[in-house]
Amino acid sequence: MSDTHAHANSVAFVRTETVPQAAPPSNAAGPAKWVKDNLFAGVGNSILTILAFLVIYLILAKTMPWLLNGIWDAPSLSACREILNGATGGCFAVLSERWNQLLFGFKYPSELYWRPALAFAMLFAAAAPVLFFDLPRKLLIFTGLYPFIAFWLIWGGPVFYPAMALIGIIVAYKVFARLEKQSFALAMGAGVLAAFVVWYIASFLGDDGQGGRRVEALFAISLEAVPSRDLGGFMLNMMLGVTCVSLSLPLGIALALGRQSSMPLIKYVCVIFIEFIRGVPLITLLFVANVMLGYFFPPGAGVDLFIRVVIMITLFSAAYIAEVIRGGLAALPKGQYEAADSLGLDYAQATRLIILPQALKISIPGIVNVAVGLFKDTTLVSVISMFDLVGMIRGPILASTDWNGVYWELFCFAALLFFIVCYGISQYSQWLERRLATEHR
Amino acid sequence: MTIMTDPPKGSFRLSMLLNDTRYRSLTLQAIAAFLLALVIFYLANNVVTNLARLGLNISFDFLGAPAGYDINQRLIEYTSQSSNFRAALVGILNTLLVAVLACAMATIFGVVAGVLRLSNNWLVSKLMAVYVEIFRNIPVLIWILIIYGIMTVVLPAPNSFRGDNATSTMFLGISAFTNRGVYLPGPEFSRIFGDTGILSAGIGWLVAIAILIGSYFGARTVTKRATRIQEATGIRPATTLVNLAIWFVPLIVFFIITGLGFEIPELKGFNFKGGVKIGAPLIAIWFALSIYTGAFIAENVRAGIQAVSKGQTEAAGALGIRPGRIMSLVVLPQALRVIIPPLISNYLNITKNSSLAILVGYADVTATLGGITLNQTGRAIECIVLLMLFYLIISLTISGVVNVYNNSIKLKER
Repeated sequence: MSDTHAHANSVAFVRTETVPQAAPPSNAAGPAKWVKDNLFAGVGNSILTILAFLVIYLILAKTMPWLLNGIWDAPSLSACREILNGATGGCFAVLSERWNQLLFGFKYPSELYWRPALAFAMLFAAAAPVLFFDLPRKLLIFTGLYPFIAFWLIWGGPVFYPAMALIGIIVAYKVFARLEKQSFALAMGAGVLAAFVVWYIASFLGDDGQGGRRVEALFAISLEAVPSRDLGGFMLNMMLGVTCVSLSLPLGIALALGRQSSMPLIKYVCVIFIEFIRGVPLITLLFVANVMLGYFFPPGAGVDLFIRVVIMITLFSAAYIAEVIRGGLAALPKGQYEAADSLGLDYAQATRLIILPQALKISIPGIVNVAVGLFKDTTLVSVISMFDLVGMIRGPILASTDWNGVYWELFCFAALLFFIVCYGISQYSQWLERRLATEHR
Repeated sequence: MTIMTDPPKGSFRLSMLLNDTRYRSLTLQAIAAFLLALVIFYLANNVVTNLARLGLNISFDFLGAPAGYDINQRLIEYTSQSSNFRAALVGILNTLLVAVLACAMATIFGVVAGVLRLSNNWLVSKLMAVYVEIFRNIPVLIWILIIYGIMTVVLPAPNSFRGDNATSTMFLGISAFTNRGVYLPGPEFSRIFGDTGILSAGIGWLVAIAILIGSYFGARTVTKRATRIQEATGIRPATTLVNLAIWFVPLIVFFIITGLGFEIPELKGFNFKGGVKIGAPLIAIWFALSIYTGAFIAENVRAGIQAVSKGQTEAAGALGIRPGRIMSLVVLPQALRVIIPPLISNYLNITKNSSLAILVGYADVTATLGGITLNQTGRAIECIVLLMLFYLIISLTISGVVNVYNNSIKLKER
């Protein structure tokens, strides 16, 4: 004991406890390390960083004064320039002055703006249960009603027509649900037939053959009607986008299943249709809608341009969605089809219960891509002189004497609107993919 | 005692058409064929009735009639007295021109952005992410209009280059950026082919291309021989200098013999003359399509590179291959398998989107055949059918090429 003590005394200093951990050197931790690793790791990397800063600086130096110094309240471009008095600045007054035109078009009656605005607000409520599965399923009832409510709000007219269309579909669904146990095909056929019977009765009540109405009382509840050529602005883009995506989804599924069919006739009809539509630009299909499609309807039918455009865009996106879903069907392991067969399910049951739920899940990113592309493509209708957002900017607003020459503010605004919607959709799809990922990771 | 029975050979009953799987598909197809025929007949009947009612007929005679309008952007001879068919041909060549230019440039944008997005540099990769998101989420139509706006609103008019105190000067003294387009020095052959017009210059360029193709085969032979020697002896002869010589010497000799020179654009009258003019509409549509599709290609490139598993790089490193060769021999061949099919479908999209050129007044086939010719002759059905046929042929050709390529790179599995 004393030995060790003596030994300890012979050494100048012995530390009896561990040294507390020192903080890492300032260049090996914290922000400094991050900057060194991520921005200045090596010569090439540093040059890239400096170039990137330069690019960002140039962009900001050009746009910030223009944005911050912008004029939001002026009656015309010349007044705007007077206020600016030579300084750099955007003339965003055009946005505040023409706000309603940009959103609703220049012909929609201004006292009725609340109707499309209400329809737009209801769109969120209607879309929510479809987009988020956690919400109570009862809300889907409102989603089912929404197309008819929105139609009535936007176009107006007697409530009789959308109501009868709705009743027809409800009757069809009831008939379908009753017969579904016996045979899917039979139930489908009976359902469609039932709907047509209801619609025939409705048209019989509505039209007495001499341009009058048989039962006037049915038309009592009515909103002021707005013809569809008066629709315009961003509202038109939204309407085309929402309508065509929702219509093309079932059509695309049918085409994809048809293309996978073992029946050569059905398969080749679907293949030819899909390849034809995918082979031509949308703009030629819009030309068809504009000048050619009218020939395919019975003489004097007078189907209006909006419906013709909806038909062509729906066919267009259905072909693309069909290809996406075909990819999903092809990606399913063969065992799934065989397992469904061995359970004794017939084609309709196997497809609905086993195949489609999995195939659609695989195809979600692709379908969303098509939807975003389709929404962007709705701007093409400005080429066939419909006044959507881009059509409004290029036509009535840039051509007016007040705002002739306001270029960037308008197009940047249009770009911003589309960016918000499209970026939002793609973020949603990424969330959904994570949500639906069921395999272990 | 076993009982072996054949399936019942019983007589054919009508209900078997629906209940027997052997016949059911035939029944369904017959019904489908009948419905299809009915729909086609209904539509065709409507078309015939409508045309008869309007006193119209289907005829392609208008293609031979004089077009009666001018096209300022053209690759072949064309006057307003040329036929509608020739106007369509000018449009087709213009479509192909802008498609090829945009495909090349979009590939460059896409590859650069895709590679930089994977960079270790945080700022650069975020910047590229912003580029991709902004350009993918805004309609190409708006981009075309914005870039056309830059061309026509921001750039100076030709007459601002005039006079002693001109407000604009030519870039490096040889090219002018004006709101009517960009004027660049134009190469021309001064000797052998003389100045007998565009045709002889065209022949000169064809010869130059032929020489390049010859150089390609020459260089390939040299490389193959080097590989053969390497396989036989293990030593690879140096080929870089020989290849460089094969690529450049014949071309330079050809240019010296023919006296290649550059014609510099000059301000004459109200506009620049001489050199090569690239019109504002062409630049707008070219640049907009490239930068828009480049964002999509960037994502393909990124996905392709990320699809090659890290083990491949590590395995190659374990075999002692140098980093540069790992990239070219191991990673790239596998990444290209993923990148190329969507890349070609993006090329297809560029070709189809080039039809938007009609917005900025670029005379592509949609603007000539589907625009002015359609409006002047009123032959809507014929023009649109021809227009669709053209795009369909292009699309089917390209997708045929993709299929051949996909089959050739398919993993050879047993």
